[in-house]
Amino acid sequence: MPCAPVRLIAAGLATLAALPLPALAAEVNIYSARSEELIKPLLDRFAQETGVKVNLVTGKEDALLQRLQSEGVNSPADLLITTDVGRLHRAKEAGVTQAVISPRLESAIPSAYRDPTGHWFGLTLRARPILYVEGKVKPEELSTYEDLANPKWKGRICIRSSDNVYNQSLVASLIAADGAEATETWAKGLVANLARPPKGGDRDQILAAAAGQCDLAIANTYYLAGMLTAPEANQREAAAKMKVFWPNQAGRGVHVNVSGAALTQGAKNKAEAVQLLEYLSGDQAQTWYAETNGEYPVRAGVPISATLAAWGEFKADGINLTRLGELNGEAVRLMDRAGWK
Amino acid sequence: MINATVTAGSPRSRPGYWAWGVIALALTLALPVLVVLGFLFAPAGEVWEHLAATVLQDYVVNSLWLMLGVAVGTLIGGVGTAWLTSMCRFPGRGLFEWALLLPMAMPAYIIAYTYTGLLDFAGPVQTLLRAWSGWGYGDYWFPEIRSLPGAVVMLSLVLYPYVYLLARAAFLGQSLCVLDVSRTLGNGPWRTFFTVALPLARPGIVAGLSQALMETLADYGTVQYFGIATFTTGIFRTWFGLGNTVAAAQLAALLLGFIFLLILLERLSRRQARYHQTSQRHQAIRRYPLRGWRGLVAFVFCLIPLALGFLLPAGQLAAWALEVASTSLDAAFWRLVGHSLGLAAAAALLALLLALILGYGQRLRPTPGVTLAVRVAGLGYAVPGTVIAVGVIIPFGWLDNQIDAWMRATFGLSTGLLLSGTLAALLFTYLVRFLAVSLQTVESGLGKIRPSMDESALSLGLRPGTVLWRVHLPILRGSLFTALLLVFVDVLKELPATLILRPFNFNTLAVRVYELAADERLADAAPAALAIVFAGLAPVILLSRSITRSRHAQPH
Repeated sequence: MPCAPVRLIAAGLATLAALPLPALAAEVNIYSARSEELIKPLLDRFAQETGVKVNLVTGKEDALLQRLQSEGVNSPADLLITTDVGRLHRAKEAGVTQAVISPRLESAIPSAYRDPTGHWFGLTLRARPILYVEGKVKPEELSTYEDLANPKWKGRICIRSSDNVYNQSLVASLIAADGAEATETWAKGLVANLARPPKGGDRDQILAAAAGQCDLAIANTYYLAGMLTAPEANQREAAAKMKVFWPNQAGRGVHVNVSGAALTQGAKNKAEAVQLLEYLSGDQAQTWYAETNGEYPVRAGVPISATLAAWGEFKADGINLTRLGELNGEAVRLMDRAGWK
Repeated sequence: MINATVTAGSPRSRPGYWAWGVIALALTLALPVLVVLGFLFAPAGEVWEHLAATVLQDYVVNSLWLMLGVAVGTLIGGVGTAWLTSMCRFPGRGLFEWALLLPMAMPAYIIAYTYTGLLDFAGPVQTLLRAWSGWGYGDYWFPEIRSLPGAVVMLSLVLYPYVYLLARAAFLGQSLCVLDVSRTLGNGPWRTFFTVALPLARPGIVAGLSQALMETLADYGTVQYFGIATFTTGIFRTWFGLGNTVAAAQLAALLLGFIFLLILLERLSRRQARYHQTSQRHQAIRRYPLRGWRGLVAFVFCLIPLALGFLLPAGQLAAWALEVASTSLDAAFWRLVGHSLGLAAAAALLALLLALILGYGQRLRPTPGVTLAVRVAGLGYAVPGTVIAVGVIIPFGWLDNQIDAWMRATFGLSTGLLLSGTLAALLFTYLVRFLAVSLQTVESGLGKIRPSMDESALSLGLRPGTVLWRVHLPILRGSLFTALLLVFVDVLKELPATLILRPFNFNTLAVRVYELAADERLADAAPAALAIVFAGLAPVILLSRSITRSRHAQPH
């Protein structure tokens, strides 16, 4: 019995020995909040083209960030990839990132979608427009996010919980545009207009709208794109009933978030990491995202898939996304007070 | 020899190394929880005022309702089916005996996803209903699956086997003489059940119930998906949304308060009486025959939890899996299966070993210090996996960096991270999280062995370790097996800690399910989900067999 701890340690050492040690071959280590499905194929291609070995751990961004913080400068991670700007900002604030100076990245990525000091870079755009059920709502009735608090939408809107970071970012963008007080009034109005208490994810809102529970659904476009080609027939049918409306086109533009990446403070494979960042912002990778996951390319001039093209062009909110990261906590409190579950 | 006989009269004075070992081990295992508790003393700012004014009440009230509901659900389902299958004879009994455990292999979040897909407004059932009747939204009433009662039902369906398992073991382990006495005194089956069998089985039932409730409190996937604000969702919201680690950890500490309460209740219920069987003589059970409509009622009563907890959701998963089977069953998939099974087996063995050491140490020297240490070591069970994982990451990262700094300063050599990001750290986390499961089982097994057996063995000059090995282990075989399999199935289903702590390029089935299900791609997630269920089936069936057999193998 007393040899249990010894065995544990031995098992640990054996594991250590079995893991790839940083050594001869060039490699890059990634903590990714993007799921394996939506990052691995690109990484494999990068590895094939450059011969750099890519090691990957996926997970929830906050947890990965915590891991990065605790591991400190000895962390094996070179890149942190997240699916929203709030966490990139938080990583920078926590001091676990470092600046990258790369003319290629700077010319590829518009300045609104990267940190002014080079601590993080947006890689894809995720737009969060209003989706409406064709035939039940005329596009002329829609105008802005602000208008969603209008009593004419009472009982007609589906949106997911305020736990979700996409909603937190959306509300942060409203605070930035309209101020906290007006946004809180707006949030109360929106909650009063909901067709049902918030539940489920973005696809759920689309399904509910298509089934007749509500007329409008707020969701990121790539969910709609994913549903159009989903294996389940009911998802495809639901998605086909929905149309995309780009709000605030006369004003600041539609709310967009980014998925992006940051170089870690202790990165041991800096050159390879930057090389990978540049690859991810390159034409090939950008096209892949648009086609595989229905996200918008972060750089101009990259061809988009037919699905995305059919939804038309839009003007995106030009606010520097760092601001949304700063306002995230305030947005959550505001939603708590507004009773947005 | 003389020495041995002298000390034999007072086993309490046996050498203290067990006690010290137990305390040291327990403290190590309690480290992550203590790290979280440590945040209690850090200032969190005015965020508490905000929480108290807005959402805190919801967290407490919803968590309490959830616990109450799951307690009622698992007790009715678990104890009722346990009594029927072990003490009554009705059609299908032999099948139900093991099949009732099957829902255990079903992770709560997976059953929640599945039922939502089926019963939600946009799901096939309601769509069909609308198509038949011509109703639209708001024209008819249909139970809302994604609600607090819905969550109670989901959790009860997958957690009742914990109660069933331990209640059944308790019923089967009861000396028939007691039940026979009850019969000869003229008590019918109902009266015997309520006045004799149930009170006698209480420690087992309460142990099973407290496991189910701890799982309930730690659940995140289900309540989050159903949009119910509980302690767990609150912890994540405070941590991620508000970006306040301290307040989140304090919420987690508050959650631990609930657990202490649970444990206390369990202890109190056990303290009132001793439950050692005085006779080890059991005969083959004479089951009450249930004929006619009674048999039918028993059949339906057992069929409901089995059908709703396993057959229906597994069928739906299988249907989904078939749609995507051609693309998803590749080599990578089988590698996931291997990883999941390997981790689960390793964790189960280690947990059993530690549970034996702790449980037996406590039996040898039940001093307040040892008892407290053992309790604290099991606390991790009720804490959400993510919180435990953070409790592991922080001290491990700190230790690694200290060692590295010292080595650099002394030898000019960097050791990097020795523990962080290794499978050893992950296994340690599993132990912290699931030790309570094996500990409860081992303890309740040990509790049934009369202390006089220890005393006679010790008085014969055996050392405590030898007593454990030669006297207790053979008697405990059934409990040990149960402990092993329970942890195996739990680790197989575990998600959050695996997600955070696993090494590079290492995935498991649960991670795969999560990544796809989080994107609401249920059909794509189905093969991996089904694989978890099937991998969990084999141990569950073995478990059930072993309990039946352990009864027949009792010494006469």
